[in-house]
Amino acid sequence: MVVDGVTKASFDELVEIETNDGERRLGKVLEVGSGKAVVQVFEGTTGLAITGTRVKFLGKTMAMPVSQELLGRVFDGLGRPNDGLPDPVADKFLDVNGEPMNPQSREYPTSFIQTGVSVIDGMLTLVRGQKLPIFSGSGMSHNILAAQIARQATVVGTNEDFAVVFAAIGVQYSEAQYFKRSLEESGALKRSVLFVNLADDPAIERIITPRVALTVAEYLAFDLGMHVLAILTDMTNYAEALREISAAREEVPGRKGYPGYLYTDLANNYERAGRIKGKNGSVTQMPILSMPADDITHPIPDLTGYITEGQVVLGRDLFRKGIYPPVNVMMSLSRLMKDGVGEGKTRSDHMEVGNQLYDAYSRAQEVRALAEIVGKAGLTGVDLKYLDAGDSFETHFLKQSPDENRNLDETLSRAWDILATLPEGELTKIKDKHIQQYYKGSK
Amino acid sequence: MVANGKIVWVSGPAVKADGMSSVKMYETVEVGDSKLIGEVIRLTGDVAFIQVYESTSGLKPGEAVIGTGQPLSVLLGPGIIGRIYDGIQRPLDEIAEKSGAFIGRGITTSPVDMKKKYKFTPSVKKDDTILGGSILGAVEETPLLTHRILVPPNYPEATITEIAKEGEYDLEHIIGHANSKNGDKIELKMYHKWPVRKPRPYSERFDPTIPLITGQRIIDTYFPIAKGGTGAIPGGFGTGKTVTLHQIAKWADSKVVVYIGCGERGNEMTEVLVEFPHLIDPRSQRPLMERTVLVANTSNMPVAAREASIYTGVTMAEYYRDMGYDVVLVADSTSRWAEALREMSGRLEEMPAEEGYPSYLASRLAEFYERAGRVRALGSPDRSGSVTLVGAVSPSGADFTEPVTTHTIRFIKTFWALDTRLAYSRHYPSINWMQSYSGYLEDISKWWKENVSPDWYELRAESYHILQREDTLKEIVRLLGPEALPDEEKLVLEVARMLKIGILQQNSFDKVDTYCGPAKQLKLVRLMVMFYKEAQKALKEGKSLADIRALPIITTLLKAKFEVTDEQISKLDEIEKNLSDSFKGNMKEVKVTV
Repeated sequence: MVVDGVTKASFDELVEIETNDGERRLGKVLEVGSGKAVVQVFEGTTGLAITGTRVKFLGKTMAMPVSQELLGRVFDGLGRPNDGLPDPVADKFLDVNGEPMNPQSREYPTSFIQTGVSVIDGMLTLVRGQKLPIFSGSGMSHNILAAQIARQATVVGTNEDFAVVFAAIGVQYSEAQYFKRSLEESGALKRSVLFVNLADDPAIERIITPRVALTVAEYLAFDLGMHVLAILTDMTNYAEALREISAAREEVPGRKGYPGYLYTDLANNYERAGRIKGKNGSVTQMPILSMPADDITHPIPDLTGYITEGQVVLGRDLFRKGIYPPVNVMMSLSRLMKDGVGEGKTRSDHMEVGNQLYDAYSRAQEVRALAEIVGKAGLTGVDLKYLDAGDSFETHFLKQSPDENRNLDETLSRAWDILATLPEGELTKIKDKHIQQYYKGSK
Repeated sequence: MVANGKIVWVSGPAVKADGMSSVKMYETVEVGDSKLIGEVIRLTGDVAFIQVYESTSGLKPGEAVIGTGQPLSVLLGPGIIGRIYDGIQRPLDEIAEKSGAFIGRGITTSPVDMKKKYKFTPSVKKDDTILGGSILGAVEETPLLTHRILVPPNYPEATITEIAKEGEYDLEHIIGHANSKNGDKIELKMYHKWPVRKPRPYSERFDPTIPLITGQRIIDTYFPIAKGGTGAIPGGFGTGKTVTLHQIAKWADSKVVVYIGCGERGNEMTEVLVEFPHLIDPRSQRPLMERTVLVANTSNMPVAAREASIYTGVTMAEYYRDMGYDVVLVADSTSRWAEALREMSGRLEEMPAEEGYPSYLASRLAEFYERAGRVRALGSPDRSGSVTLVGAVSPSGADFTEPVTTHTIRFIKTFWALDTRLAYSRHYPSINWMQSYSGYLEDISKWWKENVSPDWYELRAESYHILQREDTLKEIVRLLGPEALPDEEKLVLEVARMLKIGILQQNSFDKVDTYCGPAKQLKLVRLMVMFYKEAQKALKEGKSLADIRALPIITTLLKAKFEVTDEQISKLDEIEKNLSDSFKGNMKEVKVTV
């Protein structure tokens, strides 16, 4: 929407639009100059007329009222209550765009979060202040996994304030309900703040939803000292909305019609995770996105992977096999694992065991491919052992039930069970002292 | 005359202002009431296009734009090392002091502490002739680095009329006076400013013939980079670009390291800040932070400053080069810098070339990489220094045919291609040994022969040949299975596997394996080649491949990289002896211990 006769508008300013029928909508300034302003209307331009629509520039950027009372509440995609309760009393108003965290002031994330999910704790360790997305495809069990993590995540041996901020971005009603119910059942709802932008809400609102959610997350973490897990689902819808606006503004597109600033824009959301020196709380982000056509090179997962500290990729093959969680460990990665595990944090053999499991499973995949050509009979002794190790990895380690909470010792002990099926000489990634201590197989 | 105009248009980091007829291209300007820092990137009539280095939220048409008369410059003097700067050389610790944990706007600070006193020792005396670039004296910047005080390179020839005695001075103190030939009086301080977009001059450029030792086996042995050379690391996400760059920044045998985090993760910069003060340089036994300077413009910081950060970093690198030092600059990632160019170009509505990137992308990349080199510095005394440039490239979709990768390849000589498949199987560093290359191999082989061992080149070639053969044989195995190969070729596969695990893979997070000195690298390669030759011989003598595969020496060879430290390198000679013993007799009885 372009507004004429503008004298004192500023860039990024919040705008209130009044339609002919007196309805009020919100928008923000995208471009301003020579008496004109380009305004993006959050609730869509349906019903706006060239004449009669009045615009008020509010002289401030979009802000979210925050206070402790937000916990347990449900809001719409723009941060307005939609659970039928009155507006919460604001402690203060915070600009939803946030400000970049100074790298100098960041505390490097090193505390291990036990999720109770073996594959994540053992091989893709999550740490406080990390941003670890789940790359999924349509129909796969990403929501169940995210809900399980939200329920089970703890830092072992501590009892600190924990909160969940959940932002549903353009999702179906049933998905949003699933999360709400799951939090309710585990009693976590009173420690949660929900933002819901459904699939049929205006696309433009989606640009704001993660921003208000992360503003609240930052407030809870750095003002109130809570450890916040922020779940954003589904970031693909967010990027689609961004593309829609970009196209409407006739901007030069980058890849697949997405704007050239998609990376920067996504980073402005994802980088709002972390810890700050001298403050108690932390923001751990778990964005969920569905890869269009399961394609990991699509711009949305691609750019996300370049910003986040690793990724948990769900695999269609494993999902079809009925394995939950269907995590494709080869494609998944946690960049901060090295700093969150080991002596004094988890167990000294943790990293090496994780690496050896990767190696074993990767060899198992190669052997599987080979077995399809030459048949099992054509395989040598060691190859056959890898084949078995691969199978038991999937059934004994990866697979678990959505309500099964395994502690780290159990996870690692299951890992050593798998390594025990391989000859000792194959364990090239593990130091001799750990082999002596934990290896249960034959020489 | 200083330009004094008014904002007429704002769109993100791009601002248009009129009444700017007296402003120069690339002049720094103060934008708006909160005095945001910007740079003029286009002039049309009296309208200037300005890229603003800070968030423009809340900026209004009508606010003032004031020229500074200066191009974007960095301050060069003692106090830079050990600091972390944003893209336009503002120290992030001072920004944190002024605006808290989140970065505020319109903050002006000095890049270095102007009041701090340094102990200056002059190396020139009255009546000495100085040229631009000459050394006046030195101060100790950190215990690891003597900072040589330079005459600004654009100063004319002059005669010293007065120079400060040895003593403690701050940066604003005039440490010397000189008269130029045409009688101008020159005042000399311990710092000067230099525009970032202008390469610092030198007197002569040398061929790069000395390798930069990084302690990374696949780099030093197989795809080396020379001091003063250029290299690129392209790779999809998760392939380990950043870890590889960190490794180079940590262990490269250079005097100074400039690390540019350009549009990358905040936590990565924090990691460097947390880790480097605790890491000890293997050569000087001092903390690595005493030779490192960081330029951080994370992905969520203003995009225009991201564009500037590359130039800020390389100008500082050139300054230390001019002191006669070897400097390594790593830039992570040049793709984000290119995206910043694209974003500004889009806002200026320029005609795009491929994938929306501006058509001048290639020439900008060329200008950047050409600032590398080993040079003879200007002025006296005679000295040489180098800037080695290593840039990460983040190709979209790990597709090496995208514009930033294809253009970068044209201007660099060492290419480390990171391979997503290797990364998935946790082969790190995931540098693909078939796709990568080094244009410095012949130039630097003389150094290895003279300083490490005369058979370096042959051993490298022999071991690489095994990897090459494996690559062709793999195709056959994929089609027919390994049993289709004769034993001799199966042996090639086995030894290639050993090379991959024992040499090419290197664990950056292991205390021992993170750095592997040149001597150890060579010995490990020699052991592998020896094993191959002994095993070939054994096969010819009729011994079975299964017995060879079962030799316990194999595990010893594979673990030698992290079980034997650089200090106990003689242990590798024992392994060498055990290795030849292993093949004697009926092979099975030999026990191996290290």
